[in-house]
Amino acid sequence: MLAPTIQSLVFGILIGGLFGLAAVGLSLVFGVTKFLNVSHGELLMLGGYTSFWLFTLYRVDPFVGLPLAILALVVLGVVLYKLIFTRMVKLSDETKIKNTMLVGFGLGLVLQNVALRLWTADDRGITTSYSSHVIQAFGVRFPVVRLISFAIAVVVLLALQLFLKRTYTGKAIRATVQDWEAATLLGIDIHKVYLLSFVMGAGLAGLAGGLVAVGYSIKPDMGLEWTLISLIVMVLGGLGSFVGTFVAGLVVGIAQSLTSLWLGGAYREMVALLLFLLVLVLRPQGLFGVKEG
Amino acid sequence: MLELEGIFAGYKDLTVLRDISLRVGAGELVALVGPNGAGKTTTLKVISGLVRPTAGEVRLDGRPLTKEPPHRIVQMGISQVLEGGRVFTGLTVLENLELGAFGAAARKAKHENLKRVFTLFPRLEERKHQRAGTLSGGERQMLAIGRALMTTPRLLMLDEPSFGLAPILVEQIFRMIAEINKQGVTVLLVEQNVRAALELTQRAYVIENGRIVGEGSGDSLLSFESVRSAYLG
Repeated sequence: MLAPTIQSLVFGILIGGLFGLAAVGLSLVFGVTKFLNVSHGELLMLGGYTSFWLFTLYRVDPFVGLPLAILALVVLGVVLYKLIFTRMVKLSDETKIKNTMLVGFGLGLVLQNVALRLWTADDRGITTSYSSHVIQAFGVRFPVVRLISFAIAVVVLLALQLFLKRTYTGKAIRATVQDWEAATLLGIDIHKVYLLSFVMGAGLAGLAGGLVAVGYSIKPDMGLEWTLISLIVMVLGGLGSFVGTFVAGLVVGIAQSLTSLWLGGAYREMVALLLFLLVLVLRPQGLFGVKEG
Repeated sequence: MLELEGIFAGYKDLTVLRDISLRVGAGELVALVGPNGAGKTTTLKVISGLVRPTAGEVRLDGRPLTKEPPHRIVQMGISQVLEGGRVFTGLTVLENLELGAFGAAARKAKHENLKRVFTLFPRLEERKHQRAGTLSGGERQMLAIGRALMTTPRLLMLDEPSFGLAPILVEQIFRMIAEINKQGVTVLLVEQNVRAALELTQRAYVIENGRIVGEGSGDSLLSFESVRSAYLG
């Protein structure tokens, strides 16, 4: 009884790291721009297919190909921002959330159908020569690719944290999150900050997608599920704390994994939503969020 | 140095400013006084570019500002301190100040400006590694002014710097404003504390219902009948 539980726990943590990574991208964009980009999951999906294509067509190792998956999504992010999202910058926060949600849903459908066209509805995954390698320790199995993916997620999030804490641009982003008007009055071009954050969010989605494609599987309609998970994790962790978001990702990963084990796979999604409701009722600022003011 | 001519402005369907014209000369310390909702803050926001006028023109040294985005206007030498200071509470005092030096020119003058701010407000240097959220109201106001000075402004606009502060702090802040002005920075001050403002300034405009209804030296306005009855009691 104990061994399967521990095994489940480990699998939960490993996928949870990717939940955290996906949610940090969404949270970064939302925190800065107040755009609720519900096509975040579709961007992640496209990141996955970029890696998949690179691997099947050009034999690029999925981990080596990650920078290209990020780059592809960065480029797409710039295009989407300039084409669509820049029109919503001037709206009030509330209208912005509503409009970006509507646009995001539409965009998500478009991207999903493009993916369906290009790659069919089949589940795809990247199977490398080392995909089946497993490290055994304490009677628990650690799949190597998932372990590497988790480590990459942690390293990237630490780098992001460092970037926001230490660099001038990072500080400008944090200032814009707190008070865009005051930031503008210091000579910060918030349009540039918005673009940068949006594009970074897209890049993070691309990275997360690439990691999902190698350790798990991808399909064109996976986007909504990932958006939902990211949203839940973002709220659970609390806005403004990426460490909190990452830990919340682990919490959701573990909860889903244990629920599958104990109650069956059908309840996985329910438990995430249940956690979401509990947090909204008991601790609306999130597990690690700071109260306003 | 700064001229506003025939400015109309507002928010959505609400017109707040109706034909505002005023000028501020280089080196002057000018106050804009008037009751709540008269349009004082909106006037400052039109100058800094946060609110776009529907008619009229703002000029800095003869150059129109009305089409420039706010961050460019800052780089051209106009800095506004918002009401309440609005410091970044999650960032340290030093980080707040560093962000004031965001523009390319201001970044070059960063060390010089930082020294100047710490000389004016030694309290900020003592607390430079503290989060701005832990500062008192007076210290936040000092930080907001210091942060604005980091942009190397030629014109400093202050919106209600005395708001919510104890009288002794108000006096201190006003002394600092006079000192900054003496160092060569032109100041446009918006205040509800009319007596203190008029005692400080060389010249003032009285604004009511979005219109300028009076103009004169601080002393002459202090004896101006409608000002006396309306604001000084």
